Amino acid sequence: MAARKKKEAGADLDAEALVDLYRMLVRIRVFEEAVRRYHVAGKAPGLVHLCTGQEAVPTGFISVLRPDDYITIYHRGHGHCIAKGTAMDALLGELLHRREGLNLGRAGEPHLNDAATNNIGSTGIVGGSVPLAVGAALSAKLRGTDQVSVSFFGDGVLNQGVLFEVLNMAAIWSLPIVFVCEDNRYGEFTEGAKVTAGKSYTDRGAVFGIPSEIVDGMDVLAVREAAVKSTERARRGEGPSFLVMETYRFTGHHVSDKQEYKKSEEMKEWEARDPVPNFRQWLIEQGHANEAALDAIDAEIDTEVDEAAKSADAMAEPKAEDLEAYVYAS
Amino acid sequence: MSTQAERELSTRQAIIEAIAQEFRRDPATVYIGEDVGPAEGVFKQTEGLHAEFGDNRVIDTPISEAGMFGMTVGAAMSGMRPIVEIMFGDFLTLVMDQLVNHAAKIHYLSGGGFRVPMVMRTGIGVGGVLGSTHSQTFYSWAANVPGLKVVAPSTPADAKGLMTSAIRDDNPVLYFEDRMTYNYKGSVPEGEHLVELGRADVKREGTDVTLIAFSRMVHIALKAAEKLEAEGISAEVVDPRTIAPLDKEGLIDSVLKTGRAVVIDGGHELYGVTGEVAATVSEGAFDYLDAPVLRLGAPHNPVPCSKTLEKFMVPTPEQIVAKVMSMYG
Repeated sequence: MAARKKKEAGADLDAEALVDLYRMLVRIRVFEEAVRRYHVAGKAPGLVHLCTGQEAVPTGFISVLRPDDYITIYHRGHGHCIAKGTAMDALLGELLHRREGLNLGRAGEPHLNDAATNNIGSTGIVGGSVPLAVGAALSAKLRGTDQVSVSFFGDGVLNQGVLFEVLNMAAIWSLPIVFVCEDNRYGEFTEGAKVTAGKSYTDRGAVFGIPSEIVDGMDVLAVREAAVKSTERARRGEGPSFLVMETYRFTGHHVSDKQEYKKSEEMKEWEARDPVPNFRQWLIEQGHANEAALDAIDAEIDTEVDEAAKSADAMAEPKAEDLEAYVYAS
Repeated sequence: MSTQAERELSTRQAIIEAIAQEFRRDPATVYIGEDVGPAEGVFKQTEGLHAEFGDNRVIDTPISEAGMFGMTVGAAMSGMRPIVEIMFGDFLTLVMDQLVNHAAKIHYLSGGGFRVPMVMRTGIGVGGVLGSTHSQTFYSWAANVPGLKVVAPSTPADAKGLMTSAIRDDNPVLYFEDRMTYNYKGSVPEGEHLVELGRADVKREGTDVTLIAFSRMVHIALKAAEKLEAEGISAEVVDPRTIAPLDKEGLIDSVLKTGRAVVIDGGHELYGVTGEVAATVSEGAFDYLDAPVLRLGAPHNPVPCSKTLEKFMVPTPEQIVAKVMSMYG
């Protein structure tokens, strides 16, 4: 059943495009594993939030975006940066707070952004970046472009008031935005269902008359299909969409979180839906690629990430004189 | 100074003129706020803008300050040059996250990758019998946040020039206008008029004491200066005009000359801009001071609705004179 649905969802893609999706899934997975190692070794200090388990969302969604489309991300956003085109060495360099890092070492993980890829970024405040995405959508509309803006955020944002303010404005002005809620079941250490009222999370978009749907966020092709539909709608000037991606983080809220609040049966159930090996299996079953070809991709990605790591390791620490640069634009 | 033709305008008209002229010049400008469109603002502070520029340039929002402020930041980061109006300065409380954690920091955190060229326009000031949540002056809060520019004009000409410069600036600029000055009239240049941000202005020259006053307090200080003249004391009145970044040199220069200073503000005296400026001129002119630098601001209680009580919240010329006379004790 699942395989059949996937085949329909990916019917417009050739084998090369499908394998590219696999490549991105693996790239994000391997990058996150590297980040975890750096953090455990004390080289990526502060809090580090991995998107391991959720790779299908940035991979599937951003694969349909244009370079000039805008995104905002949140604290679990390494995958989104990579998928939007940020170089992994610059990204890792930023997580190591290096001078040649993506944001000169000053943003760190909570505030990653990349002007070169129209990634408005994460702001360190839960829900804080959502209005920025709506502002970019307003800008696109006022400038008469057909750019789309996509706001990725976690399920914790469902209970932040500012979300409702901007859902309303996006709806009344028919703005070209897609709200993508990544429901990984937990806001920090608390189960979302315990602190969130309402029958369905999609009600939060539907109440404003915004087309809202639940998407299998563990299936890269289902995510991609929802992305095609919602971004095409936005580009046609028909307004916002609200998507709830059902997904799961395999790691803690941050790397040091032991996840004592999760049940082992639940974790096993979701691990069985792991987006990376399942998509790999499907590619082979459908004849889009063979084991050997995918093994070769895995090896290529390992090399890519190793090289990014070497490059990041070689980056210098910021200098004291960098401290006050860029307080004001001149 | 400008050599172009001038005529009398009110502060309110001068601000609107600056906005309209910039809107004609730059298609990326847009005005976002509550009741700012066909209603033309609760104090007619957007009069004529919607009629000339239409729905796509003058946008009425729902009453959603945090959302519309954040949206303005996003629009500024993606090719627009927006003005967002926060109807009352008190509502800064509602936009604090988007202002402090987003607008102020994005340029820094992006290593210069993103710019946030936006203006927040907001009304301040005691005197409308509007009570404790519609009369507050919070520019000292904003000035404490790195990355924000903060201006507060006192005259119609400065109101126009500072607004023009604020719109053209590539940073978030918070423009605080005292509603009680809306009908003050003054000579204003007709064409393009810019007042450089970060530059104080001497509103009256004097030799014995410097009165450093913000926004409407400039006019109170000018009245005090007249009274002091009758006492044989020559007061210089200096208007910082920009609160952040502060023209430290301009303020210190005046105090080096006079040797005495009183700093006057309509906001609360405690933990406010008067303390910052008093410290700045004390440090910069210590060896030249003939008396400690004194401060005068609003007392440390919420603004009451009662007209009888409200008037005690606004510094008076008599209080300023008393402060100055105490230096000669």
